[in-house]
Amino acid sequence: MTTRDANDMLVLKGISKRYGGVKALQDVDFSCGRGRVHAVLGENGAGKSTLIKIISGVVQPDEGSMTLDGSAVSFRSPAAANDAGIVCIFQELSLMPDLTVADNISISSPPRKFGLIDAKAQRHRAEELLATIGCEDVNPLMRIRDLPLSRRQMVEIAKALGKKPKILILDEATSALTSSDVEKVYAMLARLKAEGVAILYISHRMHEIEALADDASVFRNGRHIETFKKGARSNDEIVQLMIGREISAHFPPKPAYEIRKPLLEIRNLSWENRLHDVSLSVGRGEIVGLGGLDGQGQKELLLSMFGVLKRVSGDVLIDGVPQKLNSPIAAKSAGGGIALVPEDRKTEGLMLPMSIAENLVIASLDELSSGIFVDEAKVSNAVADAIQRLKIKIGSPDDAVSTLSGGNQQKVVIAKWLMTRPDVILLNDPTRGIDVGTKQEIYRLLRELANEGAAILFYSTDYDELIGSCDRVAILYDGRIISELQGDAINEKNIVAASLNIAGQKSEGGAHVGH
Amino acid sequence: MSATKQSDLGLRIRQNMGFSIAVLLFVIVYFLYHLAHPKGFSSQVLVQNSNEVFSLAMLAMAQTVPVLLGGLDLSVGAVMTLVDCLASHLLEGAGPSVGFGIIACLFAGALAGFVNGCVVVFGRIQPIIATLATGAVYMGLALFLRPIPGGKINEDINWAMTNALGDFAETVGIFEDGKAAWFQPIAGVPTALVLLIIVALVTWVPFRRSVTGRTVYAIGSAEGAAFMSGLNIAGGKLAAFTLAGLFAGIGGIFMAIQTSSGNADIPMAGAYTLSSIASVVIGGTSLLGGTGGAIGSIFGTLILKVISFNFRVFDIAPLLQPLFEGLVLLAAVSLGALSILRVKNQLELFR
Amino acid sequence: MIDMIKKFSFSRLSRDDKPIAIAATFILVILIAGTIYTLDRFGSAPLFSPTYLVQQLQIGSFLGIVAAGMMLVILISQIDLSVPWTLAAGAMTATAVGGEWALPAALVVGLLVGTVNGLGVAYLRIPSMIFTLGVNAVMRGLMVAQTGGFAPQTKATDLMRYIAAERTLGIPHAIFVWLAVSILLVIMLRRTSFGRSIYAIGNKEAAAYLSGVPTKRVTIIAFILCSVLASLAGVLLAGYSTKAYQGMGDAYVLPAIAAVVIGGTNILGGRGRYLGTVVGVILIVLLNSVLSIMEMPEAGRQIIYGLVIISMLLVYGRGEKATS
Repeated sequence: MTTRDANDMLVLKGISKRYGGVKALQDVDFSCGRGRVHAVLGENGAGKSTLIKIISGVVQPDEGSMTLDGSAVSFRSPAAANDAGIVCIFQELSLMPDLTVADNISISSPPRKFGLIDAKAQRHRAEELLATIGCEDVNPLMRIRDLPLSRRQMVEIAKALGKKPKILILDEATSALTSSDVEKVYAMLARLKAEGVAILYISHRMHEIEALADDASVFRNGRHIETFKKGARSNDEIVQLMIGREISAHFPPKPAYEIRKPLLEIRNLSWENRLHDVSLSVGRGEIVGLGGLDGQGQKELLLSMFGVLKRVSGDVLIDGVPQKLNSPIAAKSAGGGIALVPEDRKTEGLMLPMSIAENLVIASLDELSSGIFVDEAKVSNAVADAIQRLKIKIGSPDDAVSTLSGGNQQKVVIAKWLMTRPDVILLNDPTRGIDVGTKQEIYRLLRELANEGAAILFYSTDYDELIGSCDRVAILYDGRIISELQGDAINEKNIVAASLNIAGQKSEGGAHVGH
Repeated sequence: MSATKQSDLGLRIRQNMGFSIAVLLFVIVYFLYHLAHPKGFSSQVLVQNSNEVFSLAMLAMAQTVPVLLGGLDLSVGAVMTLVDCLASHLLEGAGPSVGFGIIACLFAGALAGFVNGCVVVFGRIQPIIATLATGAVYMGLALFLRPIPGGKINEDINWAMTNALGDFAETVGIFEDGKAAWFQPIAGVPTALVLLIIVALVTWVPFRRSVTGRTVYAIGSAEGAAFMSGLNIAGGKLAAFTLAGLFAGIGGIFMAIQTSSGNADIPMAGAYTLSSIASVVIGGTSLLGGTGGAIGSIFGTLILKVISFNFRVFDIAPLLQPLFEGLVLLAAVSLGALSILRVKNQLELFR
Repeated sequence: MIDMIKKFSFSRLSRDDKPIAIAATFILVILIAGTIYTLDRFGSAPLFSPTYLVQQLQIGSFLGIVAAGMMLVILISQIDLSVPWTLAAGAMTATAVGGEWALPAALVVGLLVGTVNGLGVAYLRIPSMIFTLGVNAVMRGLMVAQTGGFAPQTKATDLMRYIAAERTLGIPHAIFVWLAVSILLVIMLRRTSFGRSIYAIGNKEAAAYLSGVPTKRVTIIAFILCSVLASLAGVLLAGYSTKAYQGMGDAYVLPAIAAVVIGGTNILGGRGRYLGTVVGVILIVLLNSVLSIMEMPEAGRQIIYGLVIISMLLVYGRGEKATS
């Protein structure tokens, strides 16, 4: 049931790829056309990443064929794919932090003079490419390390454009961008479309896909399920195609809103120039969301409550008692315990080469020990409990945690913290890059934990999540809370308006925030 | 446009803080040394200093390249010793055979480095342990060549290389045997110093601006990203280690010329290797890779050496000298810690 | 029983056990090769005699104690290059202080050095390679200034000689000390939360920190243990040779690192079993001894030493490519 376009540029036939015993892709037929934006949708593990890696030359398929503009092709390396005009912008950036912007943009085939790199020409090239995406303010001599994340991603995009792509692939490439930069990217994509470039777009953000895509393909369990044109399917239908089963409700029901006595209270928190006079409270049983554009201080707010930031002014109180939070160790024992599920599970949440069991118990070693010795029986029980409660899909607890899928890895991080039985649970964008099925399990779990008496505060870049699971939402702008929404006032219009600071003033409650 | 040029220079200095500090430190300390020295600011002192500094400076340059990759080369002292012993056999004679001997020695150094690179790239063994092992092999070969110290070096070469340009010109018979009028202002410049500058200009500077050189920096900064960008990782690593071997070889040749013999001394090789690491760090190159350069490492060596020169001149009790040297070294490498105090987000401390 | 036999099948050995089995096999190879030589040359096979093996273990116990401490530091992705002069300082302090305070004084020296190392690495975040190098230089300076550059005139105390050189049941006490250290280390690494913290830090310090593991404290303790063990080894060595001497520790640091790595511990940290370090030490000591019996000149010994390390690492399974 595939739609074929008259000007198919890239055609894949019968592509299969296995990793060990797992079939990442099975007999996939896929094609994308010139001058069209083609969205690729699917849960984690559906095969999207493998498809992209095959197209961009990072891995080779076990079976099947690829044709580009009618002639058969096979890419042994990303460089070979680049030469054919296929350029990919990955989720994990391919920039070298210690090299300059100019060096990074021209890293593969720099302009040369007498056999050496021509620094001046390279710099001009960087300036030109940055200008095409509206980033003239970036100095090409700056080191990537010294740029904020959003700018780095723009440099990555400029680098890709410099390779003069015929097919441009974006794999979650906009996840770290500020909304003004996102607009610039959309404009660039429109220009490329007009020039006849084929664009493949992987994203978990439905509204982006609705805005951009001409065609969409759904993958599930390594198979290509369906390709359809824009507007042919509703969001619910799409999600169903991705998951393959009925979903009744996305989010568990919220209790009626009530004013609660605060368990966690933040008063006048300030830090560097990233947080200004932030005050917020979360009661037992409440799920409070942090919203707003990327980089407005949400991440720093969570870190400040976990003892990671130094020289924070203001107070954090638990049950009315001010806490001295100068390290994660202090946070763990503050009041009834604070837990933080961090931003990057691979580098901050897990020790990837270690086993699932070892990762699960690492935050609870004191509780699981008698004296200085670890009680192995207690450990096995705790591990089994955690795996069961969160329904983590594993082979054996002794397997390395790196063998798990993204969703299950995140479950391990959450389970690790639940083992410490915290009163306050902080989560930093917990469902980023995770498949729909696991997301739902996490939403259900959070509501369960709230009902059991925890105070939950989480930062999310996904409006649907904030709307669906939070009792209250605080929007940050430039390090300040400029709006707190509750009850019916939590809707996309209000969140967006507050994020862009359209109302212009701090406001609380009610449904009057709008533009 | 000149406004941007000024801010660009400021940017570059800020980006290479470690290097700038090293240069400044050296200038101050060396100036003090000459002030205090009875024969300060003379060609003679300069020559003596240059000779003492040359081999370690070459080793510091050698060590810089693998460190830029994010690795380490524990065999640089051994390679230097190996080439030293080889040179003590090959540079005995006179005329063209000496020329061939030097080329053979350079080749030996580069080859040793290339072998290091192969073990790291194809053996996929971590550089620190790979070079620990190859270092032992090279020392063994050095011992094979010179079980006891010995050998002889062509006397003219010894004279020419370990003195000033005037003497060099005289020995070689150019510039009217060194007496030409236009030559006089630079006749007092030490040959070793000129050689060091020539080596740096002819090999390091072009390397740094080449694609391979940039690949080395890229690998040290983010190897995964470098691969994704299509850079030749294996080639970069091989080039880095080979260049290190070449530099170490040059140091070995000079050492043989300077001492007029070959000596396979294991503790000395080890001490030189460790000093090369110290030089690299003091010169502003990060042990994590991706930033720094060989010129900085030369200054790191200069600082280390000049401090010990100062001890002589300020007449510190010989028994206390090692202690002072140790304290200064510790202080110098701890300078980087000052930036830690400014870190406000503790997560940044972990890479 | 059947499970034990199943476990012995090479291919089913876990990643951490494989190097140990290979190293142990290589030890046998060395002994056999040496025996072939001695049979040929002298007509006797002393290498498999208890006397010889016990003597080798005694020599190995000094390196073994140093390697035990070094392993801890390597496991947390660090390295300790201050071992040479900490060892010497321990020996010189013990001989200088004499009497019943000899050993405690030496251990206190180790404690102080380890604390400085730990503070520099954990708090100042200075790369351990270069910081411990500096500390080594300072320790050398202190010892040279203290002793006037000569070997200390004071002799090892009777207690030191007792611990290092005397025997009970025919087994030298030094071996008992090594055994005690080993048991302590194995228990610590496998059964305590400190041990788990060490492996966690070696794998991903940021994740360990964010999980509430006391990373700074663990790092400092690891360095303290390494320096204390180095100092202890110095005391034993002085007892064995009845005195301390300049540079006595220099020959121990690189072999200690080599022993740890040959035993299967990853030089980058996070993985490795203590048994491997013990096997690595025995391998190095035996290799040295057999080559010396074969009257191989120093040149050959160095070459073989280097080649052995490389071949073992090649066989263990090389590191993964950094790219996928």
